[in-house]
Amino acid sequence: MTEIIDLVLLAMLAITALSVIFIKDLFTVVMLFGIYSFLSALIFVNLDAVDVAFTEASVGAGISTVLMLGTLALTGRKEKSSSRQTILPLLVVCVTGAALIYGTLDMPPFGDPNNPAQQHVAPRYINDSPREIGLPNMVTSVLASYRGFDTLGETAVVFAAAIGVLSLLGLPKQDRTLIQSGLKSHLVLRVVAKMIIPLIVLFALYVQFHGDYGPGGGFQAGVIAAAALILYALVFGLSVATHVVPPKVLKILAALGVLIYAGTGVVSLFLSANFLDYSVLASNPVAGQHIGIIAIELGVGITVFAAMLSIFYAFAGQAERKNIQ
Amino acid sequence: MLEIISSALLILGAFFSLTGAVGLFKFPDFFTRVHAASVTDSIATILIILGLMLRSDFDLVLVKLLFILVFMLITGPAAAHALAKSARHGGLLTLAETRGNKKESED
Amino acid sequence: MNFIVEHYNYWVVVFLMMVGFYIVISANNLVKKIVGLNVFQTSVFMMYISIGKVTGGSAPIAAEGITTYSNPLPHVLILTAIVVGVATTAVGLALIVRIKRAYGTVEENEFEHKEELI
Repeated sequence: MTEIIDLVLLAMLAITALSVIFIKDLFTVVMLFGIYSFLSALIFVNLDAVDVAFTEASVGAGISTVLMLGTLALTGRKEKSSSRQTILPLLVVCVTGAALIYGTLDMPPFGDPNNPAQQHVAPRYINDSPREIGLPNMVTSVLASYRGFDTLGETAVVFAAAIGVLSLLGLPKQDRTLIQSGLKSHLVLRVVAKMIIPLIVLFALYVQFHGDYGPGGGFQAGVIAAAALILYALVFGLSVATHVVPPKVLKILAALGVLIYAGTGVVSLFLSANFLDYSVLASNPVAGQHIGIIAIELGVGITVFAAMLSIFYAFAGQAERKNIQ
Repeated sequence: MLEIISSALLILGAFFSLTGAVGLFKFPDFFTRVHAASVTDSIATILIILGLMLRSDFDLVLVKLLFILVFMLITGPAAAHALAKSARHGGLLTLAETRGNKKESED
Repeated sequence: MNFIVEHYNYWVVVFLMMVGFYIVISANNLVKKIVGLNVFQTSVFMMYISIGKVTGGSAPIAAEGITTYSNPLPHVLILTAIVVGVATTAVGLALIVRIKRAYGTVEENEFEHKEELI
């Protein structure tokens, strides 16, 4: 039964991806990309990857689509038809595709428990992590503890992306006067936004701290909290939003998250263990692991929230400069 | 018994979703299409989530499904309203108004 | 027949990868190139996750009464990859905004050979 669902979803995905090639209206292309992202999140759920589906739905379909729409507002909506010949790219794509399919003929069968990928490290994580770390969600325990160094690099990459966008586009200055946006006159949207934004922030906090027991964690929580504030900025205006969360605070918060993460590692260095070894943070190693994981997930959540919101401020500030309301 | 009711609700919800999708193709005008999409979306959400609620025992999953239902009933119609209002703000005319304009310009 | 059932997942992923690759190398508009890049990235994620799936297993969250779990390691790698992907997309889109400001266009054949900025 799951194979049929898989087949149908993959077919819809292929049709969506194909139509991106032929459509000239870039707004439609971005919407189709959002649909593609949500369909792949469904496929991930079907393949038992619930954490990945959560992240793809919130980060891929949420923030990516918002940023692309922000870019379209600044660069224009239609793609001009070009006179480029398509025979050479088609040839390159066909040759590469044939080579890749020739490579997949040797791959192990899909879903077999005796695959090489399921040997070596994975049984150790599955069997030992409930005992060594004590968390039900194995993905969080691998992400935060066994492979914590990679996650530090990932947080640093998000921070670097925020710095990159800020150095290219710059943040809007906090206005002395409060300019209300035109959307404020829409009563229904204002009331619904006021009802929903606290619920979204509450849900972000729930996802952050519940990441140990179910799908969730710092990345998804940061993105959901940023989405709540992006909704606030869209409905009530960018200058009001910069008064609620000033850009200077966001710069400090983005650095603070990475500092918390690396600081936890340095604390365990001072307690005479390896970098990012959480077992020494408390008298009981399992309790130490819990404390370490909560601390670094907090750091990750703060950095991702500040980075995503400052990237949105950068794009929206450009629109204000061009006087698009 | 509960299984049969929940399966019936799920199939009914899927049917309404399908009619909404058909309506998106068949209706002539933007505003009628938004109406088709949002109305069928709300009823399909209610039926499908009710069908799913009948399948779980009285624990946390049921409460989470209830929260999801309330949230989608708040945001779905608000999103459709935002779509229609921004189209109107951008100057899109309904089908009756375009026909009325064409008649005036022909006379 | 069995061979097709065991491998069709990978073939569809390769097809999606090639569609994304074609969009990246042949699109003239820069925003469409970034969309194609994201399509390519997401199809690669699907390949990794389908390698980690175990038939009859469940999501890698320890629960009572479940014996087989899917492999949690690809999930961790792909979580990192998704976030890095969106970071790259954000920087790419910021570069597009600056290109538009400098050259007045985001169509590649129009600013490819320009020497002076506006």
